[in-house]
Amino acid sequence: MKLILTDEQKDLSASVRAFLADTSPMARVREIAESAESYDPAVWRRMSGELGLTGLAVPEAYGGAGFGMSELAVVLEELGAALTPAPFFASAVLAAGVLVQLGDESAAKEYLPGIASGSVIATLAEGTLHSRATDDGSYLLTGTAPRVLNGLDAGLILVVADSPAAVYAVPSDAPDLVRTPLTTLDLTRPQARLEFAGTPARLIGPLDATSALARTMDLASVALAAEQLGGLRRCLSTIVEYAKLRVQFGRFVGSFQGVKHKLADMHCTLEQAESIVRYAAWAADFAPDELPVAAALAQSFVGPAYFAVARDHLLLHGGIGFTWEHDAHLYYKRAKSAELLLGPPRHHRALLAQRLGLR
Amino acid sequence: MTDLDEYSRKARAWLAGHPAPADPSVSDARALMAQLYDAGYSGITWPAEYGGQGLTEAEERAFQQATRDVTLPINVFGIGLGMCGPTLVSIGSEEQKRRYLRPLLRGEEIWCQMFSEPGAGSDVASLQTRAVFDGEAWILNGQKVWTSVAQHADFGLIIARTDPEVPKHKGITMFVIDMHDPGVDVRPLRDMTGQSHFNEIFFDDVRIAPDQVVGEVNGGWSAAVTTLLHERVSIGMGSARTDRPAAYENVAATAREQRLLEDPIVVDRLVDLYLRERSFDLLNARMSQEVKAGIFPGARGSVIKLLLAELTLYSADVASEILGPETVAYDSEENGKIARALAWGPGMALGGGTNEIMRNIIGDRVLGLPREPQVDRDMPFRLLKVGTQKEAEA
Repeated sequence: MKLILTDEQKDLSASVRAFLADTSPMARVREIAESAESYDPAVWRRMSGELGLTGLAVPEAYGGAGFGMSELAVVLEELGAALTPAPFFASAVLAAGVLVQLGDESAAKEYLPGIASGSVIATLAEGTLHSRATDDGSYLLTGTAPRVLNGLDAGLILVVADSPAAVYAVPSDAPDLVRTPLTTLDLTRPQARLEFAGTPARLIGPLDATSALARTMDLASVALAAEQLGGLRRCLSTIVEYAKLRVQFGRFVGSFQGVKHKLADMHCTLEQAESIVRYAAWAADFAPDELPVAAALAQSFVGPAYFAVARDHLLLHGGIGFTWEHDAHLYYKRAKSAELLLGPPRHHRALLAQRLGLR
Repeated sequence: MTDLDEYSRKARAWLAGHPAPADPSVSDARALMAQLYDAGYSGITWPAEYGGQGLTEAEERAFQQATRDVTLPINVFGIGLGMCGPTLVSIGSEEQKRRYLRPLLRGEEIWCQMFSEPGAGSDVASLQTRAVFDGEAWILNGQKVWTSVAQHADFGLIIARTDPEVPKHKGITMFVIDMHDPGVDVRPLRDMTGQSHFNEIFFDDVRIAPDQVVGEVNGGWSAAVTTLLHERVSIGMGSARTDRPAAYENVAATAREQRLLEDPIVVDRLVDLYLRERSFDLLNARMSQEVKAGIFPGARGSVIKLLLAELTLYSADVASEILGPETVAYDSEENGKIARALAWGPGMALGGGTNEIMRNIIGDRVLGLPREPQVDRDMPFRLLKVGTQKEAEA
């Protein structure tokens, strides 16, 4: 079990942090959040091209760098800390992840290199969807995926349909596909409703992809926890710095035990969350038997932990934290949305109970 | 295999070859210490010229890891090895090091540590035990409390007020005292578990030779801080999970046997217990890996101590909630496990610094937050209000 970063992983972390501080500072994040854009294409190009982040965990055979979850986690921590608006989670985690897990050689060869290079943005769509085979061996999809991450940005949509579940590829310009943007609490990560009305689709992998999808979701749970850890850490350091500057009643507010003790508890939460994320990433890479429990543990703990820390960091700022111009609400909203992104905490706790043999 | 792996392997082999007796006595502990000393496992990081091994924290850590799977019944030496000895190593006089360290490492002499007083708990620096120099020796009078192993101790480290005219931190001196002195009265203190894990100690004109001052006269506070840092690390790190009756695995197994898992509330409580315990264990493991990699926890040891204290209280509480009234009304030792865990729980949250003090340490020293203004910092001790007052002044 490896719970501390290697020197190479620390270097990766530092270079991503420097890149994001330079290209996507909070002022830029806010500009995008308040505009109709969902991400900055120039930053995306450099992130995927120059830094190779989108292909980091894609196997070398499909144009990636072949690293594991431990490295991907380091990158996601920085993206989560910087609140970078980018279709990274949708494309490089969910879509790339499901393509790797499905083991469909021809689809992997066709789609993964584009995702790895960042030239294709892909996403994963789930909902109430059904497929119908046509005479020529292709499929038509009908139904709705109510909340699809970067559903409007994606050029390639990987759709989960039927029960047992199978995965289908649909290009975004397919006929009989309607994409409607949703209003999202989190201004830095867009979602859309996708309606399929006999949309032509290509089957990828087996007709019963249950186990590949379960593993995809476990890996996504670990990846999301890493992103949440980054946000949690940033919220804590922001409020700690503020508590050292802000004076009320003639004292720095950080000297009041009512504030200090809360910050100490938040630090304890950070230490626990980091330990869980390192463990879960290690399990994803080296202990597949431990992954199901580790993934459910990660989302059950880290999701609510991030929201609690984001909430308290906002509250401890006092009134300024409730203003639109302060960044605190951006983290608060990201933390809540992320906590629900792969199912609410009760879903992950139920999975954990099941995987621990409690039910 | 690295040298450290080899060291661990040898330590494990040695420990396996020296099983602990079923019901170890103090003399068994002394004998075991002598064997550990001969084998080179006593005072691993202590300087070789005083009986130690002169090795690094990495070997110490490796040996501690190796002892996790076995019972090493040397608790009676824990205070000496964990706190008194390291304090003497860092600030003791040459004579003190030569006189005391080797016999401690060989299990010949047992040590205790006397800091807390009835009126000086979290604020140890407000202590009132007095030592007055009569021209030849220091004369000690007063009372200490919460002292482990004092009933067995040959020597003790004590801090006492030597100058009440200066601010509280500046008039304290640390001494070595002979616990067999007729003026030292050790009485067992019955705690809320019904047992006596600690003592209270009364001093009546105990004479202390000037060469038994540890560090500088009136420089005892910084010495005490060194000792207390060692205490926090040793309390936090030495937790064997399997010993906890309210550990997740034990509670889940009992709940399953009693067919309680059909209740979704029971399952959810067990998930909570698992989350808290697993997150603690993983943090503990991560800090161990950091130490092995040369990153020392420092004040972050307080995070471990605080989380363990909260976990201990929570585990016993949730175990009793899950398993029900039979945890508090029972007919055998075995069935009283949870009740004992409930009674013991607060001890972990109070000993070695309360949870509130841990939060202060984390805030001040890990996060670097501004300290609270201290109203008593520059006032002569004589003018301070200390201990428990009858009523607040308007």
